[in-house]
Amino acid sequence: MELICPAGTPAAFREAVDAGADSVYCGFRDETNARNFPGLNFTRDEMAEAVSHARQRGVKTLVTLNTFMRAGQEDIWYRAADDAARIGVDAVIVADFGLMAYFAEKWPAQRLHASVQASASSAAAVNFLVEAFGVRRVVLPRTLTIDDIARVSRDIRTEIEIFVFGGLCVMAEGRCSLSSYATGKSPNMNGVCSPASHVRYRREGDELVSILGDYTINRFPDGEAAGYPTLCKGRFHVGEQDGYAFEDPVSLDVMDQIDRLREAGVSALKIEGRQRGKAYVAEVVSTLRRALDASASERPAILSRLCMLSEGNRTTTGAYDKRWR
Amino acid sequence: MKPLPDILSTLAEYMPISVAQHISALLMAQIMRRHRDLFERLGEHRCKRFAFAPSDLPLAFVVSPNGPSVTVCRKPPVPEADAAVEGPLFMLLALLEGRQDADALFFSRDLTVTGDMEAMLALRNALDDSNIDLPNDLGAMAGPLAPLVSRVACGVRSRVLAEGEASWS
Repeated sequence: MELICPAGTPAAFREAVDAGADSVYCGFRDETNARNFPGLNFTRDEMAEAVSHARQRGVKTLVTLNTFMRAGQEDIWYRAADDAARIGVDAVIVADFGLMAYFAEKWPAQRLHASVQASASSAAAVNFLVEAFGVRRVVLPRTLTIDDIARVSRDIRTEIEIFVFGGLCVMAEGRCSLSSYATGKSPNMNGVCSPASHVRYRREGDELVSILGDYTINRFPDGEAAGYPTLCKGRFHVGEQDGYAFEDPVSLDVMDQIDRLREAGVSALKIEGRQRGKAYVAEVVSTLRRALDASASERPAILSRLCMLSEGNRTTTGAYDKRWR
Repeated sequence: MKPLPDILSTLAEYMPISVAQHISALLMAQIMRRHRDLFERLGEHRCKRFAFAPSDLPLAFVVSPNGPSVTVCRKPPVPEADAAVEGPLFMLLALLEGRQDADALFFSRDLTVTGDMEAMLALRNALDDSNIDLPNDLGAMAGPLAPLVSRVACGVRSRVLAEGEASWS
């Protein structure tokens, strides 16, 4: 199975290649990708250098153009599409149907992957993307169970990629408006979920208080592991109780299900984390590479060290192993 | 991660601030000479001021990338800045070199960040991409002794990082 690794900077890109990535995904330094964070991402020249560096080592470069175009400003996305194709990236990861159509018409030879942000979660949706735009791979949303993936896999004519480790988005991807509601900016349109410009941390007594826009997201007592300041992982007053209404601060780890995923038809495993540092990239990629090459019985010991790198210092299999309705 | 030995904290406590200031300015100038694009990724945040407050040292350092310059202050309190980060000195140095993941240290509560998070994130990403290597970058200041100084400093760094690794494995 192909191991697809994140890179937010050229330094992280080189770490991913050295650590055993089969492919590295990354984005341009603008709002055309869903990790449009300050100081992150690649200039056109850096991208060309990265592609060349990877190709010399037999590694593919996938470029994320996975935000939705704004009416009247489509040129920003079209220019990024043209530049990615001219640079010669191995594939582009796209969410917007309009941008998929642009690739299909202007760069028909460019390999096209449907981003998780496209939210294609049924065989009919995936097959539409294949027939209409020539999509060669779909990244399925993190809302499906492994049995769901197996069912979709039987009825589609394209490769399947899924996220197996890292940040866990629990909402319908590409459709979530929580960040927009709190800050006016979203991962879908602006490339930022809970933008740093709206985040504040404050010390109150023995608590760390995280604030997003005008909302207090969480209060972490001393000694309790913290999480990202996202509404979906905020602590809410519900009825008479305080608790996590949607999801706890926790990261995804479904690497113990590799064999089931392979049987379900998954051909590519993706690590989330373009916003993370190169130390994270090196550690996670090398560990998952070892886990992929190990036997099922050896994997738990190899993977256990990754817990401390995870949000809230905990991991979950999320909806892949759903036990609720 | 291993805290700073007490003797070094005590030394810093009694060191005249002008001496600490002079040493810090020299070290920063050396790093800037070796990494001229260090702050390129900061973009609009280049004009901000960043405070680094080692929790095991009675000093804090305020870096202004626009100068670039560094100002040393005694603490407490942590000096005013647009954004501040607090944690053990060795951890801050490991972050400077991109050898530890800042998000993981934030999750585990080893690291505290306050102020302008957009500016802090930009700085974190700029440092992460900079390939700073303190033993070699600063060791080069030792002239003919540079190889020896760098080798000793690399040894110290390896030991500190190995102990940090052991503590979370």
